[in-house]
Amino acid sequence: MGTVEISHLQKEFTKEDSVRVIALSDINLTIADDEFVSFVGPSGCGKTTLLRIIAGLDTANSGEVRVDGSLITGPGQKVGMVFQEYSLFPWRNVLKNVAFGLQMRGVSKDERYDIARKYISLVGLSQFEKSYPYELSGGMRQRVAIARALATDPDLLLMDEPFGALDAQTRNHMQCELLDIWESKKKTILFVTHSCDEAVFLSDRVIVLSPRPGRIREILNISIPRPRDRTNNEFIDLRRQILEMIEDEDGGEERIKCKSGKL
Amino acid sequence: MTGNPPGSRSPGYVIFSISALVIFWQILADLIVQNRFILPSFTDVVFAFYNLLITGTLAMDFAISMVHFFIGLGLSLLVGVPAGILIGWFPVANRLLDPVIEIIRPIPPLAWIPFAIVWFGLTDIAAGFVIFIGSVFPVLVNTYEGFRNIPRIFVEAGKMLGCTSNISLISHIALPAALPHLAAGFRIASGVAWMCLVAAEMFGVSRFGLGQKIWWYYNLHQMANVMVYMLILGFVGLLIDYIFRSGMNRTLLKWREGEVN
Repeated sequence: MGTVEISHLQKEFTKEDSVRVIALSDINLTIADDEFVSFVGPSGCGKTTLLRIIAGLDTANSGEVRVDGSLITGPGQKVGMVFQEYSLFPWRNVLKNVAFGLQMRGVSKDERYDIARKYISLVGLSQFEKSYPYELSGGMRQRVAIARALATDPDLLLMDEPFGALDAQTRNHMQCELLDIWESKKKTILFVTHSCDEAVFLSDRVIVLSPRPGRIREILNISIPRPRDRTNNEFIDLRRQILEMIEDEDGGEERIKCKSGKL
Repeated sequence: MTGNPPGSRSPGYVIFSISALVIFWQILADLIVQNRFILPSFTDVVFAFYNLLITGTLAMDFAISMVHFFIGLGLSLLVGVPAGILIGWFPVANRLLDPVIEIIRPIPPLAWIPFAIVWFGLTDIAAGFVIFIGSVFPVLVNTYEGFRNIPRIFVEAGKMLGCTSNISLISHIALPAALPHLAAGFRIASGVAWMCLVAAEMFGVSRFGLGQKIWWYYNLHQMANVMVYMLILGFVGLLIDYIFRSGMNRTLLKWREGEVN
């Protein structure tokens, strides 16, 4: 199970000069079990804030989030998260990082290391279980972060631009790996990204948010069968459609018009 | 941790610079100063060391000083680390305790010597107390700083993985993340403790001690012996720092290798 229901979600921030900024306004959304949903939108549209509220790391001013019917009031047992920045504990080696969540749940040492090893091999890092995070490349670190989030077997996996800091090739590779994991483990995944390409490649549905105040502008169903080809016409059309929506919304910010090419 | 890893300096340079210093010292004492009270020569100090080793109380002085040092530093850790955690993790504790700490902290530790003697008499505890006062604040302040600088991402990642209570967040996330700060604080504290040790012992809290003997031999006008004890204090201080630093780096802080300091 891993359904998410978001209703009438509203989030405001008060800035230092006591100006109130509406980060999210009346978000309503239902996400089905095992669905892969991406959130895209220009900077400041509140996509990360939305994910953090679903995670229970931030609280909304009004409205509610339910995962499998139960209200989210704080970080919960059913929800795992992969962050954009390197969030691995640098003082723990790979094995102990991945086993951390199980340790917190009181799983015995032998059992939690067995389970952790399974997830480490799932992300293809078996030879590195004794390595410390500083010894790993960016892509490897994010693989460990994914293994760590999966090890406690959450129903819902939240991913906040997890591949944002990776080079293009590693990124494409990680996307394929993630889809393999998603198909074998059957999780609901909510994925925040800046990249339209990434969103279209991965998702069942892409949710386009618009800024000031953050709200849902469009929900697109991506019905291209997997494995998806990035050069396929339908793929390119969807990408263009999303890009235009984001570009359109981004007009509020002062930008120098780019004459040499389109986005 | 900064500084060269142990052994990275070439031994040739070390031997050369120390030999040069010794020769300069010997010439200065024998040919220019020509007064053993004002400046005992290197060879005077070597003979004094030899005599002290055979007939003196060097071993006892060293042992008693170690007792003072570890009473003081041990108490500092026992008090400074928990207090630093408290004010670093709970903002309320910080607001309550910070004014008290800021009033007591600037009092130089040696100013506590009269009260140390009044409260604890001429005992090892009195010396330990002065050392404690000197070394507790570096421990406390660095623990606090370490806790203030924990990247939020580690705490949030921990929470998402089911580490939610204050006690488990502190022990599993905050303490290991702050360990480099704690180690730095402990290193500064041990340096301050070593300084306070000499001063505390000079006031005659015990009949033995490396610092006590400096004053003792000064009163006897045996300046070569004073010099022996000075050099021993320097070497032991160096050794403590070295043992501590290499021990920490090899075990607890292994994960910091290769990270940008």
